[in-house]
Amino acid sequence: MQTLTLAVVLLLLSTLAFQLGRKRAFAVSERQSMPLHSLPGYYGSWVALWCGLPAFAILALWLMFEPSLVRELVVADLPAAMRDLPADRVDVLVNEVRNAAMGHATADADLAVAAEHYNHLRHIGFAVIAAITVTIALAGAAFAWRRIQPELRARPRVEASVNVFLVASSTVAIFTTIGIVLSLLFEAMRFFNMVGFMDFLFGLNWSPQMSTRSDQVGSSGAFGMIPLLTGTMLISLISMVVALPLGLFSAIYMSEYAQPRVRAVAKPALEILAGIPTVVFGFFAVITVAPVIRSVGEVFGLSVAAESALAAGFVMGITLIPLISSLSDDVITAVPQSLREGAFGLGATRSETIRQVVLPAALPGIVGGVLLAVSRAIGETMIVVMAAGLSAKLTFNPLEAVTTVTVQIVTLLVGDTEFDSPKTLAAFALGLMLFAITLGLNVVALHIVQKYREKYD
Amino acid sequence: MTMNLYAAQNPASSKVAARALDVHYGEKQALFAVDLDIRAGEVTALIGPSGCGKSTFLRCINRMNDMVDGARVSGSLTLDGSDIYDRNVDVVQLRARVGMVFQKPNPFPKSIYDNVAYGPRIHGLARDQAELDEIVMNSLEKAGLLGEVEDRLQESGTGLSGGQQQRLCIARAIAVAPEVILMDEPCSALDPIATAKVEELIDELRENFTIVIVTHSMQQAARVSQRTAFFHLGKLIEVGDTEQIFTNPQQPLTQGYITGRFG
Repeated sequence: MQTLTLAVVLLLLSTLAFQLGRKRAFAVSERQSMPLHSLPGYYGSWVALWCGLPAFAILALWLMFEPSLVRELVVADLPAAMRDLPADRVDVLVNEVRNAAMGHATADADLAVAAEHYNHLRHIGFAVIAAITVTIALAGAAFAWRRIQPELRARPRVEASVNVFLVASSTVAIFTTIGIVLSLLFEAMRFFNMVGFMDFLFGLNWSPQMSTRSDQVGSSGAFGMIPLLTGTMLISLISMVVALPLGLFSAIYMSEYAQPRVRAVAKPALEILAGIPTVVFGFFAVITVAPVIRSVGEVFGLSVAAESALAAGFVMGITLIPLISSLSDDVITAVPQSLREGAFGLGATRSETIRQVVLPAALPGIVGGVLLAVSRAIGETMIVVMAAGLSAKLTFNPLEAVTTVTVQIVTLLVGDTEFDSPKTLAAFALGLMLFAITLGLNVVALHIVQKYREKYD
Repeated sequence: MTMNLYAAQNPASSKVAARALDVHYGEKQALFAVDLDIRAGEVTALIGPSGCGKSTFLRCINRMNDMVDGARVSGSLTLDGSDIYDRNVDVVQLRARVGMVFQKPNPFPKSIYDNVAYGPRIHGLARDQAELDEIVMNSLEKAGLLGEVEDRLQESGTGLSGGQQQRLCIARAIAVAPEVILMDEPCSALDPIATAKVEELIDELRENFTIVIVTHSMQQAARVSQRTAFFHLGKLIEVGDTEQIFTNPQQPLTQGYITGRFG
């Protein structure tokens, strides 16, 4: 709250600096009867940047280091008996101190003292940082204000700062990705220290229940990902069997056959499908599709599991129709009209033109779109959690319950977790594999789409 | 005056005949009461400023305008005396008789061989592979392309140069053995050397086909055509022997256009 106030004050100062800088630019130009190099607003922005940026940078640094600094000081002041406890016990104590500082009662007198100390330190810290940042803001503004001259090239300087700002934004995005991958990687490494890499990658048995006490029986823990992989592949395959023809045919209809009026209604309607949350598709799979498949199976004398790969895959396929259809529609529409005219001009019918000329020309783009859909299917979680089941059976029978990589990640991380057991860490190894597979598919897909684009642009 | 001009056309030898042909695109009228005869075995050039309706007229002859939403055609347009816009006309068969070459070379993204074989295949013109080979080779030969592509028939047609692509499209059109070939500014995307080759080709094709060519280049019209029709704002202003149109135009508008005063 205090920090927010400080930030608002700094912003107000920057706004003021902008106005002052702008006025100063007019004044200086008039006094020296020399035209300004840049528009007056740029001088204002330049002063505002000098006022705001250094101050905010200091504030950000402070916010980053303040907690650990205060923690060090508080720990140093604790009674020696507490200080010398093992690290994780000290962490607990510090948490208690923080809670006490927030106003929660504490039984321990030493901790109450520490809490007071903690609050005191934070107050001083804030007062110091507030003084420092405001001083720096004023100093920066004054420095820039004094340097305003008509020949000062304010515009390039402000533009350069825009550039820096944009670079910083994209850097944040990239580093977030790298951070996520690294965190996956480190946890996965810890897992592979406990379970062999080859056992994980090629093991045929998945039963992650570990005995937590030595006297427990019956749970040995096996981490072979092949059954999960086959389950994932089976469900993805079923979903593509559903989504590919339906999506592609609807795209062909929309782009080649539909009257503009039909298209104007049908296309948004199809896109509504993409807006339905996957958890709702999950209900649909469990409540509607699975029982139907089951009763149809009974008619043919087949036994169908209550949670079957077929139900999950079918519903997932429906969720992928809009993706395939809109990507295919785009590439089909991008096939040059001149090719269609060429075929029509030779006396080809509409369907001959589409089959023999338009689709072959659009094929690379369609393949790219399908690969994107496959990687979406592999990463899809909610529908399979609800409809596919948990049994890690190594089977290709779509009527049985199977489980997928994503489902197992969810079940491994739901409920009580301990981050030093292979059971929990296995989730990260699975996540890493999933990431590797979908990344590979996406790279291939984008490459194909790119190649296609180069051809007609 | 204009009536005399049309009397000079001989309907008996005309391959395509338009009478009072109107074309509308939605609200906009693109052609106004055009009367024009295209004679068999000749090259007829359609000239005029952009938007004058010459391409519209061309696209009526093989009913490519059917594709355009809101296009309406009225009046009469006949091929060998039978109405092109009759309800019983099968567009597929019509287009087998009236081939077309487009402004921009548009080879299919298939091999050179398959490009030429496309038309014969969809119309079932060859009974076996040997016949198809013969049709393809003949068409490439007639289009003057065979020597350049003989040893790479299985390579993609899109890999050829612009001029070669356009001659491939001409080979593709004549492989169906049409009676009439429509050319919509076939050289506008080509360099002068490729243009010269295509013009030479058009002159040779005249022996076997009736050709209608839309062009923006008056030199081209003068070089390749025997008859020239001048369109302006959707109306046919004047038609006559090419030499007469370029040396002794009867209409002031024609005179103005060919001398470069507008257009």
